[in-house]
Amino acid sequence: MKKVILIKVGEIFLKGLNRPAFEKSLINNIRKKLKKGEFELKNSESTICLFPQKDNIDFDYVLEKIKKVFGISVLCQAFVAQKNIKDISDVLINFFKDDLSNSKSFKIASKRSDKNFEFTSCQISQILGSIVLENYKNLRVDLCNPELIVNIEVRKNYAFLYSKTISGSKGMPVGTSSKSTALISGGIDSPVAIWMMAKRGSSINAVHFASPPYTNKRSEDKVVRLVEKLSQYCGNIKLFIVGFTKIQEEICRKCRKELHTIINRRMMMKISENIAKTENSKSLVTGESLAQVASQTIDSIICTNAAVNTLVLRPLIGMDKDEIINIAKKIETFDISIEPFQDCCTVFTPKHPNTRPDLNKVLLDENNIDSTQLISDTLSKNIEIKEIK
Amino acid sequence: MNFKEIYFDNSASTKPSDTVSLEVYKTLSSNFANPSSMHTKGYESAKIVAQSRKKIADVLKCESNEIYFTSGGTESNNIAILGSVYAKKHKGNKIVTSSCEHFSVLKTCKELESKGFEVVYLKPDKNGKIHEEQIFNAVDSNTIFVSIMAANNETGVCFPVEKIKNIIKQKSSDAIFHIDAVQSFCKIETKISKLKCDLLTVSAHKMHGPQGIGALFCSNKIKIHPLIFGGDQERKIRPGTESVSLISGFAKAVEESKNFDKNFLKVSELFKMCKNSFKNFQNVKINGSSDFFPYILNISFLGIKSEILLNFLSLRNIFVSSASACSKNKKSHVLKAMGLPSDRISSSIRISFSKNNTKEEVLYFLKVIDNALEALKNKNTSI
Repeated sequence: MKKVILIKVGEIFLKGLNRPAFEKSLINNIRKKLKKGEFELKNSESTICLFPQKDNIDFDYVLEKIKKVFGISVLCQAFVAQKNIKDISDVLINFFKDDLSNSKSFKIASKRSDKNFEFTSCQISQILGSIVLENYKNLRVDLCNPELIVNIEVRKNYAFLYSKTISGSKGMPVGTSSKSTALISGGIDSPVAIWMMAKRGSSINAVHFASPPYTNKRSEDKVVRLVEKLSQYCGNIKLFIVGFTKIQEEICRKCRKELHTIINRRMMMKISENIAKTENSKSLVTGESLAQVASQTIDSIICTNAAVNTLVLRPLIGMDKDEIINIAKKIETFDISIEPFQDCCTVFTPKHPNTRPDLNKVLLDENNIDSTQLISDTLSKNIEIKEIK
Repeated sequence: MNFKEIYFDNSASTKPSDTVSLEVYKTLSSNFANPSSMHTKGYESAKIVAQSRKKIADVLKCESNEIYFTSGGTESNNIAILGSVYAKKHKGNKIVTSSCEHFSVLKTCKELESKGFEVVYLKPDKNGKIHEEQIFNAVDSNTIFVSIMAANNETGVCFPVEKIKNIIKQKSSDAIFHIDAVQSFCKIETKISKLKCDLLTVSAHKMHGPQGIGALFCSNKIKIHPLIFGGDQERKIRPGTESVSLISGFAKAVEESKNFDKNFLKVSELFKMCKNSFKNFQNVKINGSSDFFPYILNISFLGIKSEILLNFLSLRNIFVSSASACSKNKKSHVLKAMGLPSDRISSSIRISFSKNNTKEEVLYFLKVIDNALEALKNKNTSI
């Protein structure tokens, strides 16, 4: 008797001719979560089936890991039966003992993709339902609101039986959209923005700006831990840690106080754009949410946006803070994000930042620093790259 | 001169001497048997624990069976406060402490407050001092517990602990008196006979012992309630298998710091050097008058956020601490209680010395501070 993991694909299912490419990508991403030789993966009829190749596999642990792969709508542990009603009923009676004896009402939900099977879906449910009723006197049939649903799927080679399903992370497999380069600060928002881009299939590079001595190793370490957490969903992430002190100090010396944040952010965008280009990444991602802080008003965003020619995606733009926090909690980045270490966005924040900066004035003020030189110096000397798996 | 590192964060933790480390290692690898085991090997372990206990009792001038080993200062303070307040709650409802105690005292008192006890938090003056009169005025016949630290961990200001027992008597209260002596133990004289306290907290890693071990002196004359339950270890006040190796390391460290007078003089010189030279700096303020306890110097460099100075020094392998440990509104409760302005609080750093520090280190440190002030001044960092 075998137990397997069934994985139902999500939105990919709607794809037409491109579907095999999406499925291949999903299977690859699932494979990366598994130990070598642990499972054999088979894909048919919008379902990926994981057949264990070893004994003593901790199924719950594996499910917990696969659950985080984007592109999956539901997943479950299922029992395998031979394709005859006798074997199916044996598996049902013997392997669902606990569920069947601890419930008051039940329903058998059958599906067959093999239309040549000797019974129709309806007949399968009826036959198995009556066998269950004979064996378990505690149960009654309830088709509307049953306490227990046992699903039976008769497929090409086997029949599968399962009761509990787990919700997958939905979305599209990472790698099916082109690569994005995301700015990550260490706060609550940017990790969520990264997660949301990965959810739509984008693979991720991350750029973090550090400003020693204004920030310390611990804030850098915090970002590494955030990216590690994200990589459980997003796959491998290349993290660029950019030494930003010199630029910040130069801005501080030469630019108008109320524009410091905007000009800082423009520099960050420019550096990120450069990194994106060398990495073949076609878009930038930020965690901006409209009007959350001074640098995220429409006028401010216009100014930062104008710093680059690359597409900038802002998946959180219309979200409230508590909506963002809810996701951050769900993906377990929240607790790391709220650790109180200084990040370089907060160090040089002016007391009264301009909430309606004018692009022309910003550009004029920015001329006080040699941004081209500063950026090329930074790119050539002050970048550390970490591969986060 | 160049230094591999300069460690001025000794109030947070100190470097154990090589002999202490070796003692821990040797005991851990040879005397691993459970002190409660009946066999000879277990007895060997029990003997080490007993000898260590005696060494510590000898320094404190108390009985061996008045020393209870714990995991450190926080645990000792918790047991001292909760254990005695629960044992004495039928006698009264009032607790007296100061608002500049360590969080292991303050938050424990807050917990008791939420359970209906009245807690009086004595406020320090602007120099960080708590005065005898304040204690005299606060203690009354309803007071069951008084907890005051010997030397403040942020400012180094010493509180008049040796006067408190008399005050309690004068006010005809039979309150239990606890001293948190974590910072001062083995640095200044700490004798139970002189302090006349009922409970006293000490910790090994603040005096060159290992982390994870401390002790509570608990007078045989008082009774405390156990808070955790298990075996008979530490007379049921702190059950759990004793950490034989850490205990022996602790005792070794205590033994090695018997010459605290000599160390005190040495550290006093470093303290004076530092303090005097800061007199010449502009915008530098000394926080708290810790003239009697040279191990801690708390200074504000106005206009420079403490974390930034800390990071600057840290990048040059000089380790100090910012009294305001964290950036987000977690300002030092001690400096706040002293009523210092907020820019002074957020620019404060704590330099804490040990017997291992040298004049050369201080000179080099002062030079780096000079550079730091030059490099960091006029930066528009938000404070």
